[in-house]
Amino acid sequence: MYDVVIIGAGVSGSAIARELSRYKVNVLVLEKNEDVCSGTSKANSGIVHAGHDATPGSLMAKLNVEGSQMMEELSKELDFAYERNGSMILCFDKKDFNKLQDLYDNGIKNGVKNMEIIYKDEIKKLEPNLTDNVYAALYSKDGGIVDPFGLNIAMAENAATNGVKFEFNAPVVKIEKGNGYWAIDTDKEIIKTKCIVNAAGVFADTIHNMVSKDKMEIIPRKGEYYLLDKSIGKFTNATIFQLPTAYGKGILITPTAHGNMLIGPTANDIPDKEGTNTTREGLDEVALKSMVSSEIVPLRKVITSFAGLRAHLKSHDFVIEEVEGCDGFFDAAGIESPGLTSSPAIGKMVGEMIQKKLHLEENPEFDGKRKDILNPKNLTEEEYEELIKEKPAYGHVICRCERVTEGEILDAIHRPLGAKSLDGIKRRTRAGSGRCQAGFCSPRVMEILSRELNIDQSEITKSGGDSKIIFGTDKDAYRRAN
Amino acid sequence: MRECDLVIIGGGPAGLAAAISAFDSGIKDILILERDKELGGILNQCIHNGFGLHTFKEELTGPEYASRFIDKVLERKIEYKLGTMVIDISKDKEVVAINPEEGLFHIKAKAVILAMGCRERSRGALNIPGYRPAGIFSAGTAQRLVNMEGYLPGREVVILGSGDIGLIMARRMTYEGAKVKVVAELMPYSGGLKRNIVQCLDDYDIPLKLSHTVIDIQGKERVTGVTIAEVDNTGKPIKGTEETYSCDTLLLSVGLIPENELSEMAGVELGITSGPIVNESLETNVPGIFACGNVLHVHDLVDYVSEEAGFAGKSAAHFIEDQKKFEDKGIEIQINTGDKVRYTVPKTVHPDIMEDEITVRLRTTNVFKNVYLNCYAGDKRIVHRKRPVIAPGEMENFQLKKEDIKDLKAEEIITVAFEEE
Repeated sequence: MYDVVIIGAGVSGSAIARELSRYKVNVLVLEKNEDVCSGTSKANSGIVHAGHDATPGSLMAKLNVEGSQMMEELSKELDFAYERNGSMILCFDKKDFNKLQDLYDNGIKNGVKNMEIIYKDEIKKLEPNLTDNVYAALYSKDGGIVDPFGLNIAMAENAATNGVKFEFNAPVVKIEKGNGYWAIDTDKEIIKTKCIVNAAGVFADTIHNMVSKDKMEIIPRKGEYYLLDKSIGKFTNATIFQLPTAYGKGILITPTAHGNMLIGPTANDIPDKEGTNTTREGLDEVALKSMVSSEIVPLRKVITSFAGLRAHLKSHDFVIEEVEGCDGFFDAAGIESPGLTSSPAIGKMVGEMIQKKLHLEENPEFDGKRKDILNPKNLTEEEYEELIKEKPAYGHVICRCERVTEGEILDAIHRPLGAKSLDGIKRRTRAGSGRCQAGFCSPRVMEILSRELNIDQSEITKSGGDSKIIFGTDKDAYRRAN
Repeated sequence: MRECDLVIIGGGPAGLAAAISAFDSGIKDILILERDKELGGILNQCIHNGFGLHTFKEELTGPEYASRFIDKVLERKIEYKLGTMVIDISKDKEVVAINPEEGLFHIKAKAVILAMGCRERSRGALNIPGYRPAGIFSAGTAQRLVNMEGYLPGREVVILGSGDIGLIMARRMTYEGAKVKVVAELMPYSGGLKRNIVQCLDDYDIPLKLSHTVIDIQGKERVTGVTIAEVDNTGKPIKGTEETYSCDTLLLSVGLIPENELSEMAGVELGITSGPIVNESLETNVPGIFACGNVLHVHDLVDYVSEEAGFAGKSAAHFIEDQKKFEDKGIEIQINTGDKVRYTVPKTVHPDIMEDEITVRLRTTNVFKNVYLNCYAGDKRIVHRKRPVIAPGEMENFQLKKEDIKDLKAEEIITVAFEEE
């Protein structure tokens, strides 16, 4: 029997897993996909929000500010990309200025530091590519950007290193209450545990409703994005938001932790919890609204578009609690923006709740440090030469756009919770995320995966499940017909 | 640091022909750097025939065509390094490369020839909405999987784009037992060679839908369907013309882009072809850096790549032997694109130092019938040739003679146009 089963290996589940690994406790993470960071956590803005948006007094406000303050330290401990690039909320009309002031006041109430209101001249000096139509901005120097995959993967890996077990391709289909334990049915097996943490993202309502009479409804709120080519450089330095107006919430322009520019997201409620398709209308909206902030957004440099789903609750606040009448069943639900920012604080909060519940003792062997995949681009030429001498695979470039070597791909496959698919490799190393979008490297990465995992190439997938890349060998169709 | 007369980046058709020609022009200290595990470049995956009709007067497959050049490189004992990626070139022609055996190394070259070829435009750049499942391939990636790895990327296929690779892959996938349901082309004309439309689509009853594009991709894990629609003359989909094809694969053959990340690192200026702007010697704005083949502009036939690269090799050899001549080139004349001409290569000429005759290559902007290719030196027409049909998919060329332009003054220009008479 497990002490705790966490459902979902997204950024919340992984943060909770890592926090729990500080204690002497038997933890299992169940993930329905083939890898960590496969749902909402993989498709978002990658923003570390300073914390002036959330309603003062809400759990969201508290965890946002806490998470934002924890992020820098965590990025050093776990070695993922984070940058405090600052954020601006642009106000284009003097008539809306009071709303900007309200946000500032919210920020103060929420405990956000380093905010100031600046005006056109100063804005243009900091961000010359922005429109002349800007009037004022709320500038938060503590706003930041983070590699969302890096954060999620790092926390999960570190949890695994400290003893947390992970099981993939394990969707939860049923939960039953036993005598002093919960029984989770994954279709493959029944798993018994004292506590459950529901960190199932857009499916958190499905999981919650398996045990609680008090029904929950999560509405997938789709956000569509454009990602632009790195060749543009930093079109803006800070993350540029638009002040919400009667016409809607606005579109952000931001550099990513990887050095691309990202614009989006839209916000449309949809019925399908896997509806991550982009739409013509959505993408056109992104393009059009981004031009309110800057008329010269280089939209011709789009390299890909994507959509993510926010796990939206009508109450628009995080629900992190032991569910009434369900002893030992904890929700971490409604984790929508600023969920990524809040994740370290969510982990801490749930970790403490469960520590109290199970009276857990500290794990003296806990090691909170983790090293990311070695990136030779961060080495000096001398160090790089040494590295290739020692490990020649670092001299073999596999992805030309992002210059990713075989050495990095091998590391991604063989480390704890290693990559098993093309997307798994991509999120860990960036192979395939450049301007040719994997046209060049995918056959090469398939070859390496096949060799290293000792599986046939026909078994290799883009992202698990039925996402197979090839259908057998040439002339297979004739063989099947005969 | 190692020094070398000539470093050639890329061991495909352009790099090979450039190396052979530079060698035969007297430069022996040559190094070819190739990132793949064999020489020949993209030709190695082009196993269909039709290569070499102009050069060898026979129909060869891609690997056969490449091997004729590889043999010549081997005969001449020209040095090459495989599995070697160039990661930087500086303005003063210092090349940085890496490979597993030698690690990271610098080479100082007297001249560099850029012969990196091109890459395929991706789905993202086209901005097609829909899901992002497995089963979406650029045609070249699919070609590599089928022809080099022996794997079938799909069984029921829709192809977007009627460029040559798309057409060739329609036939190829059919041969391998897949069903190609339709080829959709955004433009009202095909971007590929006429012969490929006949031999790859018509012969297998594969429909080609001109003025159509993909507007949605279905399938959460693997492609399950693709919706195409007719477009109006601004390229916008027309409501009510949508048709959904059930399929497991979408191949994209939607354009090739010269691969110039390295060129830009060296400070090479790029032009309308997305390739370097070059003069009559195929030299870029950086003295001693030359460009040829698909890195310069995307070609229709490899024969022309070889021819152009041969000329670049010869020019680089002249540069190495007589840098002085290249320092003082005399007056520079612009070649302007007139009516119906999208680009020309070269873009400038220096009559004082040019060969007696050079080849000017160009592409048109649209399909036109019964026009004349005219070239003017100042006001004087120096080339006048009837062209029954021209199309953007087929390159045009003419010979520019030194004697026709040697008297031009600095402020005068050369203009190339397709005209009614």
